[in-house]
Amino acid sequence: MAMPRTFPQRVTLGRPKQSALDVLIGAAVIVALYSLIRVGRGATLTIVPGSTQISTRAIDLPYYAARSLLRMFIALAASTAFSLGYGYAAARSRRLEKVLLPLLDILQSVPVLGFLVVIVSFFLSLFPNSYVGVELASIFAIFTAQAWNMTFSFYHSLITLPHEFDELSRSLRLTRWMRFWKIEVPAGAIGLVWNGMMSMAGAWFFLSASEAISSNGHSYPLPGVGSYAAAAIARGDLRGVGLAIATMGVLVVGVNFFFWRPLTAWAERFKMEQSESADRQRSVLLEMLQQSRWPQLAGRARRKVAGSLGRAMAVLGRDDEPLAAAAPGGRAADVAFVVLVGAVTAFGLWRLVSYTVSHSGLGVYATALGLGFLTFLRVAFLVAVSTLIWVPVGVRIGESPRLARTAQPVVQVLASFPANFLFPFATLLFIHTGISLNFGAVLLMALGSQWYILFNTIAGAMAIPTDLREAMDNLRVTGWQRWRRLIIPGIFPFYVTGAITASGGAWNASIVAEIVTFRDRTLTAKGLGAYIAQAFSATDPGHVARVLAGVAVMSLYVVGVNRLVWRPLYGLAERRYKLD
Amino acid sequence: MATTIEEPVPLIVCRGLTKTFKTPDSELPVLDNIDLEVLDGEILALLGKSGSGKSTLLRCIAGLIAPSSGTVTFRGKPVTGPNPGTAMVFQSFALLPWLTVQANVEIGLEARGVPEAERATKARRAIDRIGLDGFESAFPKELSGGMRQRVGFARALVVEPDVLLMDEPFSALDVLTAENLRGELLELWQTHDFPIKSILIVTHNIEEAVLLADRVVILGSNPGRIRKTLGVGMPRPRDRRAPDFEALVDEIYGIMIGREEQHPGAAPVEEEQAIHARKLTPAQVPIPHASIDGLSGLVEILHQLGDELDLADLADELRLEVDDLLPLVDALVLLGFAEVEGPRVRLTVEGIGFGGADIQESKQIFARAAIDRVPLIRVIRAGLERAADGCLQAGFFRDIVRRSFGEEEATEQLEIAAQWGRYAELFEYDAIARQFCIAREAGEAEQGAA
Repeated sequence: MAMPRTFPQRVTLGRPKQSALDVLIGAAVIVALYSLIRVGRGATLTIVPGSTQISTRAIDLPYYAARSLLRMFIALAASTAFSLGYGYAAARSRRLEKVLLPLLDILQSVPVLGFLVVIVSFFLSLFPNSYVGVELASIFAIFTAQAWNMTFSFYHSLITLPHEFDELSRSLRLTRWMRFWKIEVPAGAIGLVWNGMMSMAGAWFFLSASEAISSNGHSYPLPGVGSYAAAAIARGDLRGVGLAIATMGVLVVGVNFFFWRPLTAWAERFKMEQSESADRQRSVLLEMLQQSRWPQLAGRARRKVAGSLGRAMAVLGRDDEPLAAAAPGGRAADVAFVVLVGAVTAFGLWRLVSYTVSHSGLGVYATALGLGFLTFLRVAFLVAVSTLIWVPVGVRIGESPRLARTAQPVVQVLASFPANFLFPFATLLFIHTGISLNFGAVLLMALGSQWYILFNTIAGAMAIPTDLREAMDNLRVTGWQRWRRLIIPGIFPFYVTGAITASGGAWNASIVAEIVTFRDRTLTAKGLGAYIAQAFSATDPGHVARVLAGVAVMSLYVVGVNRLVWRPLYGLAERRYKLD
Repeated sequence: MATTIEEPVPLIVCRGLTKTFKTPDSELPVLDNIDLEVLDGEILALLGKSGSGKSTLLRCIAGLIAPSSGTVTFRGKPVTGPNPGTAMVFQSFALLPWLTVQANVEIGLEARGVPEAERATKARRAIDRIGLDGFESAFPKELSGGMRQRVGFARALVVEPDVLLMDEPFSALDVLTAENLRGELLELWQTHDFPIKSILIVTHNIEEAVLLADRVVILGSNPGRIRKTLGVGMPRPRDRRAPDFEALVDEIYGIMIGREEQHPGAAPVEEEQAIHARKLTPAQVPIPHASIDGLSGLVEILHQLGDELDLADLADELRLEVDDLLPLVDALVLLGFAEVEGPRVRLTVEGIGFGGADIQESKQIFARAAIDRVPLIRVIRAGLERAADGCLQAGFFRDIVRRSFGEEEATEQLEIAAQWGRYAELFEYDAIARQFCIAREAGEAEQGAA
């Protein structure tokens, strides 16, 4: 055998392991586990009427923060499990795909409050008189803010799985279990991680809403940063709001440092690339962990478990379906499936209509549609203004690699900071200057959603090849000509992605931005967001019907705008302006 | 020779194998009535141009795709799912980037439920044999292309298949690495390090086939049919410069270019008739996948080398693979710029004229030839001349060709037609509006752009 001509670029011989580091990491894990148990216990308490007070004492904040964090991570775990299952089902079954995909499209456009109003009483009835039910409802709300785009991402990675991996799996006759964990999940891992990160940012935004669980006029606020902030706002306690903001800042940065950075750095190994790229995610924490002895031990334990689990799961079958299944299922089954889905949908619609008619009348849809147009104008204005402001800034940052390196993580954190924590200050400003919230709401909505445009523009500007830029310099193409010929086409696909996310985020934000309170002052804007929020906190018999109408109309707007505006633009970007 | 066996037994038998890909409105035949045997103890090469369905045939044998009709049997048993007696080596390596070399090699054993310790030993041994000792814990992206394909070999060999299936295993590698790896494959084969009984290798490289195989099966294109099976009797290692070797390579070139009638000793398989091209339809005469630059370049080179040349020599000189060279030659023949006789290609008078003229003149010569001899271009031009505003949607022409070529090839045909038509200034293609328009005169075009 000839000697290989190259050597591995990675030092495969381990460097001497550091035992001090081992002890430190071990201790950190034990402390984390202990805190987890202490914090978790609070969630199983029995509800004592009248005890549902949220304090605004600074000393309670760390505990509250831990409770919020725990909820967040449980919801993230649930979202991941859901994504794997739902994505797999949609990708694997031709029939289910036809139902699950459009459903996902709709679910994605439904704001969190829409889920809450339907599901809270169900969870409460599961665990009467215990905080477990309330806690579950809150976690479910967070879940609904996280799960959908993770699911889309996993589904997408499944259907775009490289052809040869499918053939490899079948020709080696892998078990289904092995195919899933060795090929399909790793292939989707990067998408899951990055979407999980974005989803969590979205979920922080609705933290206050998710922690203020109410049902039938009773409210059961849960201890957490979100409800702390809500309580401080209700009391007009600016210091409390400030503390909540600081805590939130610590949480966002901390979760980023201790969780997402290491995870994204680790996920680099799942990249489908042919060579080690120079520009990879790094994490100090991950490098520390990898130098200790723990990963080895954990790896050994994992292999043991995975080995026996893998053998047990071979019962799920092999990836060697007979080839003759040319006519899968047959037409009769297709027809039965369509009839079944049609019947369920028709039944659901009929129930919704009859419920709405008996509780509030169908007029609520007309009202919602009208108000939706006002919110639509706000969203459109917001996207336009954010574009005018942030695209030039983003291009400037993206064109300088040095600037981009420092600015990008900052923007990432800004984007994941729940902007609604800043609303009280804006509210005070509006109260003092007398600016109507009808206009002010745009600013509030922009606080959270503008960053997506900036973030993606930076990425787009960074992706413009240097030689193109140099060619333009060389030909002295400057000013508007340069924008028209190079920059705008170059960033366009990225910008469209950012604008889609920003406009989706703005619709969602309208629910908390079109109606704001500070102490006893409440400002309300005319719009669909305010309509939904008011209906949600109302107690009259028609309020659920109004929330449903509002949410349905909002989904209609979001999906409609996506179909009519963003998708064609996205197609144009893919066809014409893709640099590759 | 170590591989000669008294009475070769067929391990794999294909009988009347036909594969048709169905699209909503058409059926696209890819393989037509293939009879093939893979014998115990042989290396069999499947040689063909792109579009000959050779990879499809390999996948039918691997049990990854179902044939439309006909049968594949392995040791007498019909293959109805992934063929357990085979293992596959992929053109693109198909290594899982998130697994180490060791884990990649182990994956097939793991699927068979081999205990952990045993599969680790087996995998290490295979990695060692293949020359990657010390790289067990490396990830694929740390390896060079040649080393990656070694891992691909080890992964397939470690499960000890009876028949090793190789899908153009060397075509993604550079010339030197590929040569090196071919040598090592032969070494493994002759030392019997692994208990494989046969190798079936798909390739478009004629020399590779002659270098490696005991028998070479040559497939024709659209749809793939077996044109000829040749035995390679030479002992290994084979010398590329030996007269036998060169003669065989020449013979295969002659067969693949499709003029067997004129080649003594070869049986005519395809009934190609020299009817007047004017009567043919786009469906009957697909445009070869050849770029204008490639065509002009080849004419230029032929002209410099005295207007006539041996194809094998040309390929060798230019370091071109058959897949790159043959479409160019086919295109020259289609346009009437060259004639092929056996393994030799000769420029015609038109061809010499095309090569010698200045840009405008050669464009005119090309335009005449394209209108006369390329049905798709003629149809597009005629359609546009009749259209009110001189423009027609591409979808209209796509429908014409899709029925006979399928979706992917139809796109390809239209793209080439657009390229040729643009060069000949017969028509233009607007990629945004997706329509063909009649080419405007130079003055008009400037006005339009202003």
